[in-house]
Amino acid sequence: MSFDQSEVEKIAHLARLAVSDDEAKHLTTDLLRILDLVAVMDEVDASGVAAMAHPLHMTQRLRVDEVTETDQREQYQQIAPATEDGLYLVPRVIE
Amino acid sequence: MQWETVIGLEIHTQLSTISKIFSGASTAFGAEPNSQACLVDLGMPGVLPVLNVEAVRKAVIFGTAIGAEIGRRSVFDRKNYFYPDLPKGYQISQLEFPIVGPGEVEITLENGESRMIGVTRAHLEEDAGKSLHEDFHGMTGIDLNRAGTPLLEIVSEPDMRSAVEAVIYAKKIHQIVRYLGVSDGNMQEGSFRCDANVSVRPLGQQELGTRAELKNINSFRFLERAINFEVERQIELIEEGGRVVQETRLYDSDKDETRSMRSKEEANDYRYFPDPDLLPIELDDAFIEDAVAALPEMPDVRRARFESDLGLSNQDAATVTSSRELADYFETAATIGGDTRLAVNWVMGEFSAALNKAGLDITNSPVSAEHFGGLIKRMADNTISGKIAKEVFEAMWSGDGSADEIIEAKGLKQITDSGAIEAIVDEVIANSVPQVENYRQADAEKQPKMLGYFVGQVMKASKGKANPQQVNALLREKLSG
Repeated sequence: MSFDQSEVEKIAHLARLAVSDDEAKHLTTDLLRILDLVAVMDEVDASGVAAMAHPLHMTQRLRVDEVTETDQREQYQQIAPATEDGLYLVPRVIE
Repeated sequence: MQWETVIGLEIHTQLSTISKIFSGASTAFGAEPNSQACLVDLGMPGVLPVLNVEAVRKAVIFGTAIGAEIGRRSVFDRKNYFYPDLPKGYQISQLEFPIVGPGEVEITLENGESRMIGVTRAHLEEDAGKSLHEDFHGMTGIDLNRAGTPLLEIVSEPDMRSAVEAVIYAKKIHQIVRYLGVSDGNMQEGSFRCDANVSVRPLGQQELGTRAELKNINSFRFLERAINFEVERQIELIEEGGRVVQETRLYDSDKDETRSMRSKEEANDYRYFPDPDLLPIELDDAFIEDAVAALPEMPDVRRARFESDLGLSNQDAATVTSSRELADYFETAATIGGDTRLAVNWVMGEFSAALNKAGLDITNSPVSAEHFGGLIKRMADNTISGKIAKEVFEAMWSGDGSADEIIEAKGLKQITDSGAIEAIVDEVIANSVPQVENYRQADAEKQPKMLGYFVGQVMKASKGKANPQQVNALLREKLSG
């Protein structure tokens, strides 16, 4: 399994996680061991086995299309750091 | 060098459910910011998405209508990216097992030729919220009312070869989703948005060129302009020795140009994986049969039927089937009226003009199709003339009742009793001695023009109710004598 520290750094960046150099080293070792464990399964002939989407052998229950939620904006916005005119405010996004 | 343009479209169409795809919050447009964003839409911990059956049904209806394979088992995946209007940090979408598999759509090109455009897939997903970049003390405002709105993303094959073709295809999909009633297709409100994948290659080359993705185009006119601009940009770039890079570009309608959205190399690494919060959807035969039973007659089929069964011209059939509401209106009016020709002329003429003038949509017409059919019927059976019909129509428009009620109340019934018409004609002739003299002395070729005066007098005396054909015939006969 080829997997190095740069891969860990890339994933950390995509997940917006601040990982120090030291942590990245440890994570690389840990992740490699997990991947090695998974790699054991390569020895099993899995052809003809459908990919598993969920560990439970159940299917999705569907909901009737009706409005059940009421407006609770005031309550929800109490924990927001900044709001104005009913909007949540976040640091400016530049496109 | 000759270049060939290759275009594929991704169309996001909002499914017309009343609640969101994974929560019971309302999807109504135009509400106060964040008043329709519940805990699920806000991405709060400890809540779980529950799938809306109507979103699934509408996706199946669309898939069936384009002859696509319906995914009996489909799976929701998480598409991970960071943006403030996506509170969970991922969008619930479908990657490997979409609800609608490959299908195709027939389009008619400008030269009348038809072409099949492949639809690769259509999948269910949730919409994100809205970012408002106006100045909030240097911050961005977020409205999450739209977050969780059900979308069907319809992905085409790269089968289109010009901006015009792309627009024709997009309009076709727009017509289909509206006919099916799966989406209102309202482009101003963002219910129908297009992304275009555009590339160019030397004519004859098999391999595709590098594509740029043009994002979030919400009008057919902008779609055409954005593609045309992008094609020229790419050709110019290559001819000057440059290379097209794969990136996302935004179309700026004010400047009529596309520009790069500061591409981050790893921006497209969405790290999809099956969403553990949602189980696979499995559809049984009953569910699919139920959806198929709800399929209306499709526009192309209806158009062909209007031509063959009702004898409409190709052009008229295309016009009246352009929307389901118009086609329904016309068909009801024509059936009740019993005269297809009159129904087409009046629906496309007087009726459409009145709607336009009042700025109304056909669904808000003050005159029902049944009442309109009643009017056509009275013209067809000669109860009223076309001229009187306009008067009746105006009264109907103001809410005075059915055509028959108005004709009765206003005494507008056409006089077809030849005795009664003859009496009026005789009176007019008796009162117009000099005009009669002139007429009789005039050259034969001038007489038809002069007849107009007498016809006018008779119509005036009969308050427009005398049957014009009978009046003409009688006048000619009596004046010649």
